[in-house]
Amino acid sequence: MSTGQSPKEIGEISFGLMDPEEYRDMSATKVITADTYDDDGFPIDMGLMDPRLGVIDPGLECKTCGQRSGSCNGHFGHIELAAPVIHVGFAKLIRRLLRGTCRDCARLLLTEEEKEEYRDDLDRTRSLREDVSDVTKDAIREARKKDHCPHCGEVQYDVKHEKPTTYYEVQQVLASDYSERIAAAMQPDPDEDDAGVSPQELAEQTDIDISRINDILSGEFRPRREDREAIEAAIGADLTTEDMNKLMPSDIRDWFEDIPGEDLAVLGIDPEKSRPEWMILTVLPVPPVTARPSITLDNGQRSEDDLTHKLVDIIRINQRFMENREAGAPQLIIEDLWELLQYHVTTFMDNEISGTPPARHRSGRPLKTLSQRLKGKEGRFRGSLSGKRVNFSARTVISPDPTLSLNEVGVPDRVATEMTQTMVVNEQNVERARKYVRNGPEGHPGANYVTRPDGRRVRVTEKVCEELAERVEPGWEVQRHLIDGDIIIFNRQPSLHRMSIMAHEVVVMPYKTFRLNTVVCPPYNADFDGDEMNMHALQNEEARAEARVLMRVQEQILSPRFGENIIGAIQDHISGTYLLTHDNPRFNETQASDLLRQTSIDELPEPAGTEDGEPYWEGRQIFSELLPDDLNLEFTGTVGEPVVIENGQLLEGTIAEDEIGGFGGEIVDTIAKVHGKTRARVFINEVAALAMRSIMHFGFSIGIDDETVSTEARERIDEAIQSAYDRVQELIETYENGDLESLPGRTVDETLEMKIMQTLGKARDSAGDVAAENFDADNPAVVMADSGARGSMLNLTQMAGCVGQQAVRGERINRGYEDRTLSHFEPNDLSSEAHGFVENSYTSGLTPKEFFFHAMGGREGLVDTAVRTSKSGYLQRRLINALSELETQYDGTVRDTSDTIVQFEFGEDGTSPVEVSSSEDVDVDVEQIADRIVESEFDSEAEKEEFLGVQEPPTNLSEHGASWEVESDD
Amino acid sequence: MTEITDGIRNAVEDTELPRRLKDRVLDTIEDRGGVTVQQAEEIATAVESQYLDTRVDPLEPVGTVSAQSIGEPGTQMTMNTFHYAGVAEMDVTQGLPRLIELVDARKTPDTPIMTVYLEDEYAEERERAHEVVWNIEATKILALGDISTNVADMVVQIDLNEDTLQERWPLVDSTTEIAGEIAETIEGSLGVQVTQQGTVLEFGPSEPSYRELLQLVEQLRDIVFKGIEDVSRVVIRREETDEGEEFVLYTEGSAFKKALSIEGVDASRTSCNNIHEVHKTLGIEAAREAIIEETMTTLEEQGLDDVNIRHLMLVADIMTNDGTIQSIGRHGISGNKDSVLARAAFEVTVSHLLDAAIYGEADDLDGVIENVIVGKPVQLGTGDVDLRMGASKSD
Repeated sequence: MSTGQSPKEIGEISFGLMDPEEYRDMSATKVITADTYDDDGFPIDMGLMDPRLGVIDPGLECKTCGQRSGSCNGHFGHIELAAPVIHVGFAKLIRRLLRGTCRDCARLLLTEEEKEEYRDDLDRTRSLREDVSDVTKDAIREARKKDHCPHCGEVQYDVKHEKPTTYYEVQQVLASDYSERIAAAMQPDPDEDDAGVSPQELAEQTDIDISRINDILSGEFRPRREDREAIEAAIGADLTTEDMNKLMPSDIRDWFEDIPGEDLAVLGIDPEKSRPEWMILTVLPVPPVTARPSITLDNGQRSEDDLTHKLVDIIRINQRFMENREAGAPQLIIEDLWELLQYHVTTFMDNEISGTPPARHRSGRPLKTLSQRLKGKEGRFRGSLSGKRVNFSARTVISPDPTLSLNEVGVPDRVATEMTQTMVVNEQNVERARKYVRNGPEGHPGANYVTRPDGRRVRVTEKVCEELAERVEPGWEVQRHLIDGDIIIFNRQPSLHRMSIMAHEVVVMPYKTFRLNTVVCPPYNADFDGDEMNMHALQNEEARAEARVLMRVQEQILSPRFGENIIGAIQDHISGTYLLTHDNPRFNETQASDLLRQTSIDELPEPAGTEDGEPYWEGRQIFSELLPDDLNLEFTGTVGEPVVIENGQLLEGTIAEDEIGGFGGEIVDTIAKVHGKTRARVFINEVAALAMRSIMHFGFSIGIDDETVSTEARERIDEAIQSAYDRVQELIETYENGDLESLPGRTVDETLEMKIMQTLGKARDSAGDVAAENFDADNPAVVMADSGARGSMLNLTQMAGCVGQQAVRGERINRGYEDRTLSHFEPNDLSSEAHGFVENSYTSGLTPKEFFFHAMGGREGLVDTAVRTSKSGYLQRRLINALSELETQYDGTVRDTSDTIVQFEFGEDGTSPVEVSSSEDVDVDVEQIADRIVESEFDSEAEKEEFLGVQEPPTNLSEHGASWEVESDD
Repeated sequence: MTEITDGIRNAVEDTELPRRLKDRVLDTIEDRGGVTVQQAEEIATAVESQYLDTRVDPLEPVGTVSAQSIGEPGTQMTMNTFHYAGVAEMDVTQGLPRLIELVDARKTPDTPIMTVYLEDEYAEERERAHEVVWNIEATKILALGDISTNVADMVVQIDLNEDTLQERWPLVDSTTEIAGEIAETIEGSLGVQVTQQGTVLEFGPSEPSYRELLQLVEQLRDIVFKGIEDVSRVVIRREETDEGEEFVLYTEGSAFKKALSIEGVDASRTSCNNIHEVHKTLGIEAAREAIIEETMTTLEEQGLDDVNIRHLMLVADIMTNDGTIQSIGRHGISGNKDSVLARAAFEVTVSHLLDAAIYGEADDLDGVIENVIVGKPVQLGTGDVDLRMGASKSD
């Protein structure tokens, strides 16, 4: 079994119970001493830290495999238990087997036909991949109904299970006070007009001789079972008590040993892999030392692992048990010790069994034993096996850098010098490799390690780098630093969708933060208020190629959730293009070239006209420079006006959120789908650059004054609110007079609440309308709201007009004191101010009462968010777990790993959710294709071939393609 | 106008396009003047290449993508149960709790609701629509009249309200007749003798007992005289349709099967938000459709209408794959996986391992989680293909 070698690749894992014999064979040593280390600090032989179980102290050698700590995985040992004990995990199954098998011949209490039936049932369930436990439970239920064994005829008794690990056989026997019971039942009862039974009558009714009845009544004769039942029937009394006969684990083990294998097969148990008697432990495995390392504290004291503590307990009790038994101690003491041993073995397996006090550490903390190690989020399965820890990763704070392309990430130099890439030296790159080595580990771009052809790894240090560089030859490997253009993986948690992990190209930069282009914030859901992100350097060519082709940011512009672009201009970019295009302003030559200076446009177009002899350019015209020449679009834009683009010229319309924004900006979406991802990346980068120049040209700021309304407007707002108050008062009066008509299905109270909410909602809106009227179209807050850059008219209303009704659980605020919200109000005051209506605006400031209500509403929002994140996280985990195996096949079907077809075509039509937005009906524009081909608008044959799809467009692999080449020359 | 010659037709038919696109290409060519066979061929290839671009790629891990596409917007949904956007009179579970309820495949939703569409004149006339309402809404005694208990004579007296009777039994002319019907129902369900005088009913326990009298009153309150027991309330609404207006009923509580058989109910459009009821009444395909419909409306009401419906289809398909409704989670799909490790890594780790030992299970390690655990590449996407570099250059 144990070969001492770990497999290279695991093909299959089979599960089963282990035969104690096999167990003894593979054990490295028997453990008999409860102590761990002797006074000199050396592990005691045949103790829990026996060096044959593996080593944890550096420098020591494993006595089993001869390896040192770190390379030796450890070896199991064993404890010979003084008496068998039950494995808690199988307590339920043991109960089922006890109930379902004969107490004498141990065969399953089912006839051959029944067995056959269940066997077939089991096969069918297995082939349908359904849960077999339903069938096996059913079989046991059927077997339990038998009170005689169909094979040997033995009478069967009920088995009672006392949790966690005690079993009793329950027999009905004659109670010791049977004569008193019969006499009591025979007495006449005056309350219930019961005349009583005379012994004579009893004798007649039961057909028992009168003398025998008298003997029974005097307690001289114990009635036999048939007689007892007859008497019971006659007098209607119960003469039995339950006799509980405890089944010791050794009895159960003997019982289970006799269960034939074919009967086990009916219960779904594979007798080859798992014999039921193996569920009763006679020998306890001792996990290797490496699985329960002890830690040395600062003061030199050793602190043992919880498992070791538990094993110490087990060995101690085991020892005492054996000593007592040998000394011939009374049965009672033996049983107590047996139970204690059972307790310790039980808690060694699972320390969270209900009904059993958990074993505790000296400090009172419950011990973490085997089950606890596996369970839960931080357990072995979810925490250690599914959650891998990796090398070549970095994490730091992120900050924005608009000069980077969206494909790039700024990597701090100190990260770049730590994360390395393997460079295989050959004739072409040997000079470059030497240069890296010469730069050493501190200089950038340098190298940290070199590997010689014989496989020896040498660390590059400042001292040896010069010398080492000379020795680098083709065939060596150099671990060089990250340099500009390398591909890495970048991630921000929570990783809710695939755009949370994307590949970026490295740009090495000074300082300590990762730098990002702001347009990639939406897919990561990142901001710069202290967010941190993770970076992973890729370590093989396959990974790097996949990252470049599939994971780069530009390949993720389109979201599979809604089939439109998720990356696009945000915030200031949108304000910028809005200002640039909304009123189509004019610019002189200097201004126009300044706007375009950070784009790839190096020549201004023909001026739109002249003014005072000076040529001028228009905003839309400048924006059009960034558009692909063959772009044609017409749609209703953000501001509600049509946007018309013809042959790459913006003729009409304002460029704002719905045009170039993330989450479905029409122009970005079209370019990404029609002109390709590379063109879309270029477009987004340039729009961002142009917009920043534009917003700087116009100037954009916001202050308190921008949210302050004129006195006249203030009065109108107050008026609107006052009239709402009056209407609320009217409603309250009608309600109090009992004249309020309730809405269908609502009580009068609810109706009143709803009407008041409506009225106050309208009041806030009209206050908002007044405020909105009062603001100019060039008010920065209005510009942001109109363009969709940030904020809404509602935010503006709340700042300038009136904050409005605060709500908790969708209702006006009704909680607090008895019949009132705050002690400032009369009881049962229904008015708006007593229930959380805030009539002030954020600029004018809230009164203390208003502030309090506002805080209540705000708190509800916070709680809601907290609850929601955990709920939706769990939902997501379940969804992923249920769907993770589904994959489309070459035949278009969606199947899981067992090749079960879930869908014949993904989404009924095999359409990719990435390329086609959920709202779109027409997936291919046949008209436009025909136009293009019939009118033959192709510059070259290559372009035509690309259009026809005969020739794939070249895969754009790097933005740094050119500079890479240049670098290799020097 | 171009005549569709055999050459053009062959060019188009030779492509891998679906029928509808082939037809569209042919129509487009026909509408246009002077398209040569050469051009037609080019149009066909261009359309084909664009069409193939919109196809989902083989070996795409669509399951994970769909799960993310539904899970991610979950973070943006509200936890609140607000009232229904359309019907202000009713409270409906919405947002994240509703979504969780759907993927959990709960036996009964928090707020069961039916949307009942009506046929012909029932949909057009308020009067007729009301007839259906009274056949659906459970009518209990409290809605019909006043109950008084006469302790002295040991009788329960019900004074039925004639207007209500007339309203709820519009097809019966005489109120006495209706009262008679009610009396019969009471006799049938309580086993007492009811005396009727016009619209006043009287009955009492067979033997004078104060307790029994009160018990009778309690039982009387629960008797359903008309309508469906599970439906406590029906709201009638006039809704705009393409062909004008119609009346639609919304019910609080649901009994889908019973509702469909009621006269005047348009069984082809009526729906229910309990997927199990839909499954029992109309079968698994209808249940699948109901899951898609319900999840989509839940998302739409939260302003997440842009989620591609194909993701919801995949979820609905896997939930209904074996002909029953399986929940997403421990008791459903995740709990029935073949792989021991996958189940252990999801929830209730230890008991899955112990069971696996008893049944002598073997894990083939072909799922995602198993491969992550043992440290092998996952057999999905690029992990599902093995590429080897050719020994010689192709040319």
